[in-house]
Amino acid sequence: MAGGTLQNTGVDGAAFAGLRHRLLFPSWLTIGVLLVIPVLLMLVYSFLTKEFRGGVVWEFSLAAYDQFFFDRGLFGDEPVKIEWTYINIFIRSIVQASLATVFCLLIGFPTAYYIATRPASSRAIWLFMITVPYWVNLLIRTVSMKFLIRDTGPLNHWLMQAGLISEPFHIINTNIAVQLGLFYSYLPFMVLPIYAAVERFDFALVEAAHDLYANRWTTLRRILIPVVRPGVIAGCILVFVPSLGAFLAPDLLGGAKNFMIGSLIEEQFRGSAGNWPFGAAASMILLSLVLLVLMYYARSESRRP
Amino acid sequence: MTITKHSGKRNILTAAMAASLMLGAGAVQAEGKLSIYHWFEYIPQDLLDKFSAEHDIEVTMDTFDSNESMLASLKAGKLGSYDVSVPGDYMVEIMRNDGLLDSFDSSELANFGNIEEKWVDVDFDPGRKHSIPYQWGSTSFSVNRDVFDGNIRTTSLLFDPPESLEGKINMLDSQGEVMALASMHLGISQCTTDRAELESLFSLLLAAKPKWASFNSDGAKDVLVSGDAAVGMIWNGFGAKARAEGANIEYSYPDEGYVVWMDNVVLLKDAPNRANALKFMDFLLVPENIAAVTNFAQYTAGVKGVSDLLDAELKASPEANPPADAPAGTFVQACGEETQVFYDKIWTALKK
Repeated sequence: MAGGTLQNTGVDGAAFAGLRHRLLFPSWLTIGVLLVIPVLLMLVYSFLTKEFRGGVVWEFSLAAYDQFFFDRGLFGDEPVKIEWTYINIFIRSIVQASLATVFCLLIGFPTAYYIATRPASSRAIWLFMITVPYWVNLLIRTVSMKFLIRDTGPLNHWLMQAGLISEPFHIINTNIAVQLGLFYSYLPFMVLPIYAAVERFDFALVEAAHDLYANRWTTLRRILIPVVRPGVIAGCILVFVPSLGAFLAPDLLGGAKNFMIGSLIEEQFRGSAGNWPFGAAASMILLSLVLLVLMYYARSESRRP
Repeated sequence: MTITKHSGKRNILTAAMAASLMLGAGAVQAEGKLSIYHWFEYIPQDLLDKFSAEHDIEVTMDTFDSNESMLASLKAGKLGSYDVSVPGDYMVEIMRNDGLLDSFDSSELANFGNIEEKWVDVDFDPGRKHSIPYQWGSTSFSVNRDVFDGNIRTTSLLFDPPESLEGKINMLDSQGEVMALASMHLGISQCTTDRAELESLFSLLLAAKPKWASFNSDGAKDVLVSGDAAVGMIWNGFGAKARAEGANIEYSYPDEGYVVWMDNVVLLKDAPNRANALKFMDFLLVPENIAAVTNFAQYTAGVKGVSDLLDAELKASPEANPPADAPAGTFVQACGEETQVFYDKIWTALKK
């Protein structure tokens, strides 16, 4: 595509062919240095022997993966069982991330649709309003959320003033609080791609559908959703993946009581555990799960006509 | 404060990455600089400014929220970028054994003689070859007197609380201190490798966890002030600050025992500004300077001649003055690898 554009301008494309590779070099360097090398390092670390209190000994070991999947009791001398501790932490994270995705979709889709169907002049203002809170650091927003929902916070105060509840509604330090934090943190990641898709949608198609006696529900289901589907899926991935590895929400809003994957991994590097290979192994397992989700998406997309 | 904690969190991730990429990059030698790696909210800015002005040294400071996270960051490649850090007692020993500390001769510090006698020859750094005292204090818990009016001098309030306190307890997110207090509650020795004792420790904590509201270290003061927690495990000076901010709380010196700790300024290995680090340590051994820290942090200094310089309120503070019949506090021990593996399993099981 780029070559075509260059040729159209009448410039000799061949002269730019070499340049194109050179222009791509910064991207490759960034991906290589900031993505591939760290991931490979993690992969290597996950197969090394842990050093007591952080660090690694350069000896091959499967201990990290063994610890993840197999349970030999507190003292390591019981018959081998499946270790559910970490699997459960992963399941909790996946459930939380999925719920956050669903809630973001339920709120995000109508929002995006509404904005995309405003007159072009006011769309920018709506989009601006969606993004404004996100110019503030995530940490600060999460702490603010904590103040808002605590038992003695404004939310409970208002609800009690309004006579809707008589006792404070206890949310802080529960999984609900974590869910609220995830949902709120990643909502714009759902709105923006769906907005981009709906904005490009040709509403003449809706008229055509109505002409063919499709009702509103059928039009939504058979016309709008299939066309904006890539935007919806992009939004879902953008919400699901970071939610899966989140550690601010479980730490601050969940009271650090129930690990999610992110907090489990963090504990291995920063906590007393100091078990770098295990942290690396958990990261690799998480990465594999994310890649599986993305590959499934890529495959199902390529199969579509 | 929470902000510092999490900027610390990000620091460590970047540190880990940077370390992997920049192994071998030499430390930058800079004249007139000092780089401090310190706990959050633990030194008044005025004092840093005073040091800067006196010695014409530019001071930069990063913060951490636990001994373990500081150790991890240094091991991940930050060693060589800081001059001094402020580890707790057992962590001094760990860092010393891991070769992360530089040593100095007492003659290099003009004010070395100001250190209180009882803090010169300490187990974690015999003869003070690597460290000087910063502050010491205790770890126990504070109780909101509006919520609970019974006897607070028992660790049962944390580990076997009455129903009225269930779901209103904040624990420090600090494995070493939680394990040490729990061991005292059970009357077993710290770092035990005895199977039955470890099992009882495990079941005690598992049974207590559902009754806890949260694990929070840097917010330990806020949860008491806001009323989110009615019982909060806390460091004594931090508890005094919570009380000063209006919480009707009382700090407990439990009969079963409590943790005492000492934070120490250590000279880090490969310090880029070793001479300035020693100037800073000397500066902190001047009574009026370290008294400023004590007045700010509300703990206790380990330097002679400080008591006359303290605020009257602090001198009389119940947090800083254990009742006459309180038992002596116990230092957290650095457990061996065998025990640490059990502790980690228990800790993960607590949070799964």
